[in-house]
Amino acid sequence: MSSISRSLRGFLLLELLSGFALTLKYMFRPKVTLNYPYEKGPLSTRFRGEHALRRYANGEERCIACKLCEAICPAQAITIEAEPRDDGSRRTTRYDLDMNKCIYCGLCQEACPVDAIVEGPNFEYATERRAELIYNKQKLLDNGERWETEIAMRLEKEAPYR
Amino acid sequence: MADLWTNFLWPLILILIKIMAFVLPLLMAVAYLTYAERKVIAAMHLRKGPNVVGPFGLLQPMADGLKLFIKETVVPTGANPLVFLLAPVVTFVLALVGWAVIPVADGWVIADINVGILYLFAVSSLGIYGIIMAGWASNSKYSFLGALRSAAQMVSYEVSIGFVIISVLMSAGSLNLSNIVRAQSGLWYFIPHFPMFVLFLISALAETNRTPFDLPEAESELVGGYNTEYSAMTFAMFFLGEYANMILMSSLCTILFLGGWLPPVAVAPFTWVPGIVWFALKVAAVLFFYLWARATLPRYRYDQLMRLGWKIFLPLSLGWVVVTAVALHLFGWLPK
Repeated sequence: MSSISRSLRGFLLLELLSGFALTLKYMFRPKVTLNYPYEKGPLSTRFRGEHALRRYANGEERCIACKLCEAICPAQAITIEAEPRDDGSRRTTRYDLDMNKCIYCGLCQEACPVDAIVEGPNFEYATERRAELIYNKQKLLDNGERWETEIAMRLEKEAPYR
Repeated sequence: MADLWTNFLWPLILILIKIMAFVLPLLMAVAYLTYAERKVIAAMHLRKGPNVVGPFGLLQPMADGLKLFIKETVVPTGANPLVFLLAPVVTFVLALVGWAVIPVADGWVIADINVGILYLFAVSSLGIYGIIMAGWASNSKYSFLGALRSAAQMVSYEVSIGFVIISVLMSAGSLNLSNIVRAQSGLWYFIPHFPMFVLFLISALAETNRTPFDLPEAESELVGGYNTEYSAMTFAMFFLGEYANMILMSSLCTILFLGGWLPPVAVAPFTWVPGIVWFALKVAAVLFFYLWARATLPRYRYDQLMRLGWKIFLPLSLGWVVVTAVALHLFGWLPK
């Protein structure tokens, strides 16, 4: 009996019909696509994106050239050279970050005692050539200026957990 | 001189105009079939599909065509260049040639020949040659296996399509496609021949190498099947040919089972709509089924495909031919 009903179901293509009904039903469901360049998904405040060097509100660089980030960087992507400035404070003369090497582990911002180097929310900085991904100090400072509001907000939100 | 004009030049120009009037809309239909396919499948996957190039992504087929057009045609070193380049042309031309006998509306047909259905059948069988040539000339194992599969599959399913057509022919009493449509003015054949209608739809999927029977280009095992080695315009020709074939099979289905250009009910508001609109709507509905099937069904295994073709479809269609013949004879429904 069961074999008869099974072969009958097979010949009536019932399973296929239910499959077709399902796909047709799904056709009219709302889409889940995010229209990417125009719509973006939410980012965690812990998201580790493009790096930036920050300044104090008075415009002074935060970085004191302690080289902790350089020391901790597992990919050895950071190169720092430092000299005392005319006013006697120690500052970097060179802060190079090779974004090709960076693995976005976030240890540099963990190590930084003055919140100078941070990983911001930006992830859309693809370039056409590798050379453009070797950031110098100026580029990092510019990033800091560009993303300061977001970075400050993120640091504030994360502060209780640090 | 006047003789030359009336007997030769004028008919030539006329036929060229007719061909253009068929081929240009057909190529547009092919372009927008690819667009529709991407949109429909995207919708069933809860995606959006192409929506960037032009309004609603409507220029996407043009962009794709342009991309294929400006790319380089690569001929592999081991390939036989002549056959390699001829194969897509053969596929493409055969996909277009079949349209000569398709009546899109009453009297709107290039060649209203008496054996239209046989001609169509022959042309669609010849389509295998393009694929076999491509598979052999590419000198690549994937292409060759894909082509062999394709040939075996098309031959197997053409047998059952043949029997399906025979049962329709017996009911219509004509091999002329226009007459087959006219014979359906009372009742579309998909009602009395419903099992054959389903069988034809499924066989048409196999005949045009569409999912779930797309084994010739099963990308998980054969890379791209017979068109693995093709690029740029040669690939585009295969693509156009394949989609033109899909539309051809859909229109054949429309003509055989869905009453061609006839309106669903022959009463006032329906009869005002021109036949070509009904024809296009029906073809679009069948094509939608193709796309729907692609979004729904997984690929068949090869032995399952052969089993279905030879052990189920062939006996079923053969049996239906007998049933039809007996019914026509017993009830005296034989066409005059």
